Amino acid sequence: MFESLSEKLEGALQSISGQGRINELNVAETMREIRRALLNADVNYQVAKDFTNRVKEKATGEEVLTSVTPGQQLTKIVYDELTHFLGEEHEDIEYANEPPTVILIAGLQGSGKTTFTAKLAKHFVKEGHAPLLAAADVYRPAAVDQLQKLASQVSVPVYSVEENGTIVQDAVRVAEEAVAEARRTARDIVIIDTAGRMHIDERMMQEVADIKSAVDPNEILFVVDSMTGQDAVNTAKEFNEQLDYDGVVLTKLDGDTRGGAALSIRSVVNKPIKFASTGEKLDALTPFYPDRMAQRILGMGDVVSFVERAQEQYDQKQAKKLQRKIRSQDFDLQDFYDQLQRIKKMGPLQDLLGMIPGVGNQVKDLDVDDDAFRHIEAMILSMTPEERANPQILNGTRRRRIAKGSGMRVRDVNQMIKQFRDMKKMMKKMSGLTGSGQGGMDLQKLMDRMGGGGGGLPGGGGGGLPGM
Amino acid sequence: MGIFDRFTRTNDEQEQKKLEEGLEKTRTSFFGKLDRLVRGKDNVDAEVLDELEEVLVTSDVGVDTTLDIIQHVEERVAQDQYVSTQELNRLIRDEIAKLMLEDAPERPADFDAPLPDKPYVIMVVGVNGVGKTTTIGKMAYRYKQAGKKVVLGAADTFRAAAIEQLDIWAERAGVPVVKQKHGADPAAVAFDAVESAESQGADVVIIDTAGRLHTKGGLMEELAKIKRVMGKKVTAAPHEVLLVLDASTGQNAIRQAEEFTNSVDVTGLALTKLDGTAKGGVVIGVSHEFQVPVKYIGVGEDLDDLQVFDRKGFVEAMFEGVER
Repeated sequence: MFESLSEKLEGALQSISGQGRINELNVAETMREIRRALLNADVNYQVAKDFTNRVKEKATGEEVLTSVTPGQQLTKIVYDELTHFLGEEHEDIEYANEPPTVILIAGLQGSGKTTFTAKLAKHFVKEGHAPLLAAADVYRPAAVDQLQKLASQVSVPVYSVEENGTIVQDAVRVAEEAVAEARRTARDIVIIDTAGRMHIDERMMQEVADIKSAVDPNEILFVVDSMTGQDAVNTAKEFNEQLDYDGVVLTKLDGDTRGGAALSIRSVVNKPIKFASTGEKLDALTPFYPDRMAQRILGMGDVVSFVERAQEQYDQKQAKKLQRKIRSQDFDLQDFYDQLQRIKKMGPLQDLLGMIPGVGNQVKDLDVDDDAFRHIEAMILSMTPEERANPQILNGTRRRRIAKGSGMRVRDVNQMIKQFRDMKKMMKKMSGLTGSGQGGMDLQKLMDRMGGGGGGLPGGGGGGLPGM
Repeated sequence: MGIFDRFTRTNDEQEQKKLEEGLEKTRTSFFGKLDRLVRGKDNVDAEVLDELEEVLVTSDVGVDTTLDIIQHVEERVAQDQYVSTQELNRLIRDEIAKLMLEDAPERPADFDAPLPDKPYVIMVVGVNGVGKTTTIGKMAYRYKQAGKKVVLGAADTFRAAAIEQLDIWAERAGVPVVKQKHGADPAAVAFDAVESAESQGADVVIIDTAGRLHTKGGLMEELAKIKRVMGKKVTAAPHEVLLVLDASTGQNAIRQAEEFTNSVDVTGLALTKLDGTAKGGVVIGVSHEFQVPVKYIGVGEDLDDLQVFDRKGFVEAMFEGVER
């Protein structure tokens, strides 16, 4: 019943691939489907209308190229327009000339402000900054407690104001004092977590405006749940009128929402989306790159993010060694085990898989639990070095021993070995995709491949990625 | 007006007023707009239906449900030949009311209705940030007000300070909480809560669970386990599995309902945050598709900002501004 935007677009585009050229008629039909797909993805009604009109204009106005199919041509136009709507380029946080840089976080209830605040703190710590958090959500039960617990996970201090064991309900005071505290203790960033508030709650909107004028933040971030529907435009507008924020944070993108709200907000308030939050673990935060988001929406995968994250964990030498192993089919269970350890450091697995072009759609329904690795690890650790290097010697007796040693069943061991073999096959195919000697995938090459296959989008029309 | 009498039966005027306030935005933007676009015309033309589509879609009703409603409206209009504003209002109201499921008598939503089991076990589920804990706090308060003995189970052992948050709500409502420490096995907490409720002779036990995205298979399985474990203590428990939906959520709510139904068989819905400008129109499709009634609506952050949902009353209230 529910289809993702990318699937819908793929479907919509498929209906014109195979037809000779783009014309008024086939574009009109496709546009209706695209519009409907956008609406199903929660893109605002008006935004969806504008978007399809713009694509339609471009498509019918543009010269028909004989070398590509209409599907490919339209894919390019849709992608360009999506990127344009989402805001073209990545924009960074504005730092203060003189520390501390003050960042104010605001949004509706339940949008994920507190979790994001902790993630942002971790992000800054990683970059060598020393943040201080201000617990200015003085209303929600245990909100201060929650922030303190999360902050302690990343060893960042929290400033809160309590008198006689109860929280003083003065958010402005918390914010002001936190900034002073940061100056005194030489913390270079202050992140102010505020209470969730309805945009029509005048008193609460006034409070956040008061915080703004009291501390004059360098950066105000509006946090919004990526599952938000049509109302996203209203809340984004109201908060913007009150705060004139600098950027938007999109949370809960690890679900299966296609995040139509991103399109709506970006086009309605004309503020950049600066971060994407993708899970409950504190490192599940990525900068927001509109071009990558557009690719992701279209099922083109988020290759660049994937490569970047991979590079944080791999050095070039390791990567080269691995590539050689994959090519020469030397990849054994020990390598597999080492791989797992590295992948685990890279972040939530589902995110990583979702970033691989062509894989995104196929893994969305798949349960990719990071803990699932534990069993595999246990089984590999129950093998002798010889067995790990030569899985083919794993006979019944050995498998029984491994099952016993790892607390698994023999059939689990069998399955794992089968999966390993399948994976090896797949890796061999994939290795044809990787840039030689670079240890990473090359986006341009991938795009070329997709284009050269003669079939439009991956999974959409025959060509696409090999064997995925 | 018999239907309306039924709606106000259990609630006082103040409550009705709060509901109306909460729905005000829905009413003015949804049906107020409809009123404007039909006023002055004595039949429904294509333009009107197009605009009706816009009104429904912008209320998060969703394309499929919107097309359903429009098709039915079109069919009835074709039949009747002539449709006035009033008739159209009634027609659409009928169509929407028809789509939403009626409350099941074996799972009463009214806080003072007699409960079919003792303890009556309610498990509350939903994605992150929809307002589960807040809803539970309000429900506990309302049950307590109705003279029932309530026990809460803090089975959200995952999120930082979730137990503390439930504790504070319990204190406000004046009910006990069964809890363990952060990180404990949520199924064990749920079991303990049901057991404790049984031994104390409590009427209702409400189990809070950690918010989880419906796409996380492992976490959904955990939820199914929490549910199973309670059934081992009290037959047929939980008697109610309440899925909390945020009114501002768009079409993803349908996916949420689908996945939560698959793993824990949702029996009722609570729609929160209706005090903003979000219309919550997606519940119409959810109620219809998964055949579950909407039981409660949340209209604010205070203890008494929870309303028992009444399907007909809801639709009546939505239309009030238009009928004048």
